[in-house]
Amino acid sequence: MIGIVRPEKANDVLEALYRADVKGVSMSRVQGHGGELERVETYRGTTVKMGLSEKVRFEIAVSDDFVAPTVEALQAGAQTGEVGDGKIFVVPLEQAVRIRTGETDKGAVTPMQE
Amino acid sequence: MNALGFLAQAEVDTGDTAWMLVATAMVLLMTFGLGLFYAGLVRAKNTLNTFMMCVAALAVATITWAVVGYSWAFSPGNGIIGGFDYAFLSGVGFEPNPDGLGATIPHLVFFAFQATFCIITTALVSGAVVERMRFSAFLVFAALWSLLVYSVLAHWGFGGGWLIEGGTLDFAGGIAVEMASGFSALAAALVVGARKDYGRQALLPHNAVYVLLGAGLLWFGWFGFNGGSGFNTGTNSVLAFTNTLLTPACSLLVWFILDLVRGRQVTAIGAATAIIVGCVLITPAGGFISPGWAMALGAVGALPCYAVIVWRPRTRVDETLDVLAAHGVAGLTGILFIGLFAQMSWNGIADGALYGNFGQFADQALAAVVTPAYAFGATFVLLKVIGAVMPLRATENEEAIGMDVVQHGEEAYATGEGAILVTTEASIERDRPVAQPR
Repeated sequence: MIGIVRPEKANDVLEALYRADVKGVSMSRVQGHGGELERVETYRGTTVKMGLSEKVRFEIAVSDDFVAPTVEALQAGAQTGEVGDGKIFVVPLEQAVRIRTGETDKGAVTPMQE
Repeated sequence: MNALGFLAQAEVDTGDTAWMLVATAMVLLMTFGLGLFYAGLVRAKNTLNTFMMCVAALAVATITWAVVGYSWAFSPGNGIIGGFDYAFLSGVGFEPNPDGLGATIPHLVFFAFQATFCIITTALVSGAVVERMRFSAFLVFAALWSLLVYSVLAHWGFGGGWLIEGGTLDFAGGIAVEMASGFSALAAALVVGARKDYGRQALLPHNAVYVLLGAGLLWFGWFGFNGGSGFNTGTNSVLAFTNTLLTPACSLLVWFILDLVRGRQVTAIGAATAIIVGCVLITPAGGFISPGWAMALGAVGALPCYAVIVWRPRTRVDETLDVLAAHGVAGLTGILFIGLFAQMSWNGIADGALYGNFGQFADQALAAVVTPAYAFGATFVLLKVIGAVMPLRATENEEAIGMDVVQHGEEAYATGEGAILVTTEASIERDRPVAQPR
């Protein structure tokens, strides 16, 4: 699953994911463009429209039972109601392997129970 | 330093003037050092706004100072506030100040030197409200604060007001600069309120190197700040200059030890803070205590400041950059220290309690009570009034986006990726694809 959200909401998303018991997350800073208005910035005489805006991209691999709660958490954490809140893409996953143990698929994305 | 008035001869000394010209420029540089210091302590998205608050003080406080602030601080008036004699720099020329302060330098140089104090003190207060106060509201605040708080306290402490006339000793601004900014910062933090994420998220400094370099520029400038506060190249000035080297070094080492005891590691941001604390500690006492006592002051004075810096973030008061601890508490400690350890044999003016003059400690304690009370109260009321006329802070949403983009339309670390030029007419007319490959 891929979620692209506002950088200022990234902490809220992490918090929501944590509450939904989703523990395995990667995130990275990306720049992108959706439907939002461009921000205008001025540097001395140069005025520019910032066509790309900063976003944070979450990559989360979850088992089927977790898809709905994860989408909900992403949405709850990232929503402001303004244009530019981002997107969530749910995509099928061919295979997942936990490097340490060689477990695959569901076992690989389920946190260790201790 | 009216106590140095015995030098009064209305004759300009070239050596004194040369030093004061340099010292003035050094103190001006401190405001940029402070900007860098503050900018490093905030999150990346607020870098420019934080720096710009210090730059704003240059724009606003210089003008209020020239218009009437200098006159209220230094022209003859009553014990509380000066008059209008020097308003719009009237009567401020090439002859020395007739009131005995800076008796060997042109009045204009004395004015400029004092202006740089007003600027940096106004800039200091911004540390309490960064990352959420609106820039326009800060401009209004800076203008009024520089007059109603700084000028008044400068009159009390330097310009012939009731504290200096009552015998309180303050070499370079424990009253008007350090306690004024520190306790005003506390009031400002209370009125403006905490940042929305304060206490919920870790709000970390984004560039510790800025913080260290900023502290270095401040320390450098402080030699002009303290060394220039005798307004000459006499013994008190030389003593203050050298003490400005000794005290911060001792604070720094003690801070290392406190860091080691508390966290097993010496921190860079702690070191930068310790330098500021040391410089503030010696500010009021610089020309009055021996080098030995200056070193003791650096070591002992670091303790209460460290304690407040550790304690403050556990409270709900988001006095963001700890102006209270680094300036208010340190300034207060320095002011009291004079009352104990001042030495006539070093300063030619007065002894402290340790050398038999208990009255001096009472004079110092009085300043340590009334200055915080006035600074806190006046700033609290001033911000409440401004807040009734205009919003003091940005919305939560704007705070989340960051003050650089919201208030200034700029980023400190702009990449330029995806930026579309709109300045030239050609680029406006031509339709361009949105994402431009670099």
